[in-house]
Amino acid sequence: MSETAVEVKAVAPARDRRHFLDNDRFLAIGGMTPAVLYILGLVGIPFVLAVLLAFSDVTVGDPSLDLTGLDTLRQVIADPVFWQSLRNTFVFTLVSNALVVVLATALALILTKQFKGKWLVRFLVLLPWTTPVSLAAITWLWTLDSIFSPIDWVLRAMGLLESNVIWLGKPALALASVITVHTWRIVPLAAVIIMAGMIAIPSEIKDASDIDGARFWRRTFEIEIPLMAPIIGVAVLFGVILTITDMTVVYVLTRGGPPPNSTQVLASWAFFKGIEGGDLAQGAGTALFLLPVLIAVAAFILRFARRREVL
Amino acid sequence: MSVVETRRLTKHFGEALAVDHVDLASTEGEFLVLLGPSGCGKTTLLRMIAGLEEPSEGEVHIGGALMNGLPPRTRKIAMVFQSYALYPHMTVHRNIAFPLRAERLEKELQDEKVHWAAGLLGIERYLERRPRQLSGGERQRVALARALVREPNVFLLDEPLSNLDAKLRAAARDDLLAFQRNIGITTIYVTHDQVEAMGMGDRIAVMSDGRIRQLGTPEQIYSNPADTFVATFIGSPPMNLLEGPERTVGFRPENFRPFSDVPADQLPEAFQFHVNRSEYLGSDRYLYGTVEGYDEETKVIARVPVGVSIEEGMTHRFAVAAADLRFFDPATGERIGPTS
Repeated sequence: MSETAVEVKAVAPARDRRHFLDNDRFLAIGGMTPAVLYILGLVGIPFVLAVLLAFSDVTVGDPSLDLTGLDTLRQVIADPVFWQSLRNTFVFTLVSNALVVVLATALALILTKQFKGKWLVRFLVLLPWTTPVSLAAITWLWTLDSIFSPIDWVLRAMGLLESNVIWLGKPALALASVITVHTWRIVPLAAVIIMAGMIAIPSEIKDASDIDGARFWRRTFEIEIPLMAPIIGVAVLFGVILTITDMTVVYVLTRGGPPPNSTQVLASWAFFKGIEGGDLAQGAGTALFLLPVLIAVAAFILRFARRREVL
Repeated sequence: MSVVETRRLTKHFGEALAVDHVDLASTEGEFLVLLGPSGCGKTTLLRMIAGLEEPSEGEVHIGGALMNGLPPRTRKIAMVFQSYALYPHMTVHRNIAFPLRAERLEKELQDEKVHWAAGLLGIERYLERRPRQLSGGERQRVALARALVREPNVFLLDEPLSNLDAKLRAAARDDLLAFQRNIGITTIYVTHDQVEAMGMGDRIAVMSDGRIRQLGTPEQIYSNPADTFVATFIGSPPMNLLEGPERTVGFRPENFRPFSDVPADQLPEAFQFHVNRSEYLGSDRYLYGTVEGYDEETKVIARVPVGVSIEEGMTHRFAVAAADLRFFDPATGERIGPTS
């Protein structure tokens, strides 16, 4: 048996031999390694470091890693600003994503219909998504400027306004502004995801509802939206992750203000504490509170994805 | 109950002509089959009757009233789709009740009608299940119940059996036909399966390239095809066609018999049949070959009883009774005689 094998090997010309890229083992290892290194280097190590820091008293001035147990986390939750940030994080996330669901579903319903200039509308809708968050936030910062805001200018020109609104200077308006920017930023992604779900509904189902006499509202609320529910769920989970972990919008628009911390969120509070304040341990400790929420969201996403497969 | 009539009904999709000036009229309570190969326009025709597709030209009349421009819900029609198009997130009960909810019928009446329709189709015990928990045949019954529950005047069925496996299909065909006879509702049934069409249709409209090639009973279509398309599309194996200089001669394989088997008073037309291959099919034997004096490429098939012994590779004297010959115009393919 082995003799024949040797013989065959000797006869086969060099270029007929198995190329190393045809080797599944090599491909598996070679293909996976970059991804594994990337995840270890940019996610794994910082994550372990953050957990270590959260259980230490490291500051910029005293970078030696002394583990102090739960002291740092206790200090974090003793600070009323932490609770304010936690509350704001949830308010922003919940309110803006509620708006996102309604607006994105409406947009998806419109954008899957046939009308002239559809590509232009689709393009415009997608535009906010293609803009980097920081640049978009700066644009909004100018738009909501206390003196030069074009919104104020228009309202003044229409005679609806005497003096400027000062969007980012009053706590309630600042909260509303941050929510608006988050909503504006996430709607395109959600709309595209929901549109995909909408297109995936078999056309015979829509025809059947036509034949069965359903008009717009009944078809939308009894057929289309229930059938899209799983995909709307996926869009919401993406939206939740994007808002809950975002510090850019708050950092650029309000820096957590109006003073003292009306719009502070966990991500920005962790940044101010840890990086700008130099207390690395408390910054890491604050950020660590996002972890359980994110794990829960990730689990939800995976469950949704699995359920879609079964359907 | 109503009749359906189309007048010069036409549908363009851009440049393509899907349905080409079709005039078709059903009779009261009839089971009318639209039969044709895929892409012949039969489904588009059905969808225009349903109101799911707006005609480019022509008119649709149901029960004597012009339906153009009216939405499907006002046409008193029901349609069963190839995929059944059940609402996957609703129970069977809610699926069947959906058209009634859309009509805002009272809740008690809804329940009553759902149970009536479910009872008629024998699916009462599945009412609380969801479509994905049902087999193909059960889903089809749910789709029928949903179509039936509004007591429509016309039933439109778009290949409703093609998603069932062969065994189930035969049973479903019987059920569907018995059901239609029972309620006596005008039915238009689209299929590409000629066996289904022959077995079920009171009349069959054979379609190709957006036009109706022939409308008639299964017997008429089988024995007197209007043109060479119908002659070869209907029947398995198809009608033999021998192209001559003045006319194309057609005859069914079962009418192509050894010369001695055709009585002289039937005026046998003789052919020299060169048998290349014979195929044993249990009940019959198919003989494949060519006929002398005609194109060598033209394959001819004879269907003879198993008892007839024919040697392969030899030429035999075969014949067709004069009454079984059909003639077609070689240029247009249209039938030119005889007119029996």
